[in-house]
Amino acid sequence: MPSPRYTRDIPARYRLDAARCSACGHVALPRRTICSGCRSQDMEPVRLTRRGTVVTSTVIHVPPDEFTTEAPYAMAIIETPEGARLMAQVVDCQAEEVVPGMELSLEFRRIRREGHGGILCYGHKGVPVRRHEA
Amino acid sequence: MAGIIGYGAYIPRNRIRTDEIAQQWGREPASIRAGLLLEEKSVPGLDEDTITISVAAARDALARADVDPSRVGALYIGSESHPYAVKPSGTVVAEALGVGPEYHTADFEFACKAGTEAMFVALGLVESGRVEYALGIGADTSQGAPGDALEYSASAGGAAFLFGRENPVADVLDAVSYTSDTADFWRREGEYYPRHGGRFTGEPAYFKHVLGAARLILERTGIPPADFRHAVFHMPNGKFPLSVGAQLGFRRDQLETGWVVPTMGNTYSGSSPTGLAAILDEASPDDLILITSFGSGAGSDAFVLRATERLPEVRDRAPTVRAMLDGSRRYLSYGEYAKYREKIRMNS
Ligand SMILES: [Zn+2]
Repeated sequence: MPSPRYTRDIPARYRLDAARCSACGHVALPRRTICSGCRSQDMEPVRLTRRGTVVTSTVIHVPPDEFTTEAPYAMAIIETPEGARLMAQVVDCQAEEVVPGMELSLEFRRIRREGHGGILCYGHKGVPVRRHEA
Repeated sequence: MAGIIGYGAYIPRNRIRTDEIAQQWGREPASIRAGLLLEEKSVPGLDEDTITISVAAARDALARADVDPSRVGALYIGSESHPYAVKPSGTVVAEALGVGPEYHTADFEFACKAGTEAMFVALGLVESGRVEYALGIGADTSQGAPGDALEYSASAGGAAFLFGRENPVADVLDAVSYTSDTADFWRREGEYYPRHGGRFTGEPAYFKHVLGAARLILERTGIPPADFRHAVFHMPNGKFPLSVGAQLGFRRDQLETGWVVPTMGNTYSGSSPTGLAAILDEASPDDLILITSFGSGAGSDAFVLRATERLPEVRDRAPTVRAMLDGSRRYLSYGEYAKYREKIRMNS
């Protein structure tokens, strides 16, 4: 069964729909109604640009079973120009190439499959921006 | 007049060379390359499928059109590799684009013709005034059985076209379809790889229908082949589109820009649409363009387009097909390819 949380998170996962606090400027992904920084309830919707910078990253060599064929792969905390942070896989490169400061574009990819017959879960992953820029 | 107001394409970054596949099966690489005119083909990443390719291509189409996605009233995706057997690809793609909830969607299938079917229907809905904007997308992550001739060509990629009535980058002058019941290539429900009728796929299937649709639209528009700047025909391999183009009276230089198959492979529903995207990347205002698809089963759709002054203005808002084909690539060994295409049986 698809998890209710996956469905609830679709705006954030599919479109990077976030919320910016009008009081302190904190950007929350997924959207929140109360700012986690200053408790203000004045949150305005913002759609993040599909760009980001690696804040920190790690290479997964021993993954959960369902990601066996993908190892080794990089996971990173990525900050968008709006200041929102998300954790995502960085793909289409060698895992060890991924370092803090690396410029990424955020592309729509399949994140996981729920077993053999379950739903397909989609979201965004980082891809180094040098790609596609011939 | 309705036309294309935005377009985009996407080709995954992984490649496998024809030589690598030929060597795996003990075939002579040079003769395979010469026979099919294929150098390499794209391979989808482990996390890429028809849905992700469609999203990437359609985002670029919307960026070039500069249209608010919530005004898109219809979205159709043609593919023979929809990730779900039951559940539309279109709903995922629309949600990712910010289209809806007031829109109409359907997934189309017609072997390699499904992409131009999606375009044909999107165009018709815009022409009728039923919707303001409509997206037609063709995308595939095609599979050929190991060792089969199709393994050299079956690749991954797609293109998306946004149709509307204002500010077109290319006017659509006419669109036709030419279809008959022909069993040249098929896959039964539950089968993993498609089957084909070998030599039967040529004359009675590909050539009959591509020639039928192309001659029909040339006659209806009254435009002789010499007046076109560009033409693209479905590309199951390198040879067929050049051969059918020559039979229709097109010169090689008219076919060159859209002939992306030697380094892309056959992206099935994305094949001639991606060739069209490559043409729009290069075309000048007033250039006449012919696109003719082919889908086994069998049929062809043909469109005649005329580029507008707006085309060069929007082109740079997204990557070109050529940049994706010639840009940063990762070459796979046959072993990696087998893993990527899930041809290896795992314990699960
Ligand atoms: Zn705040």
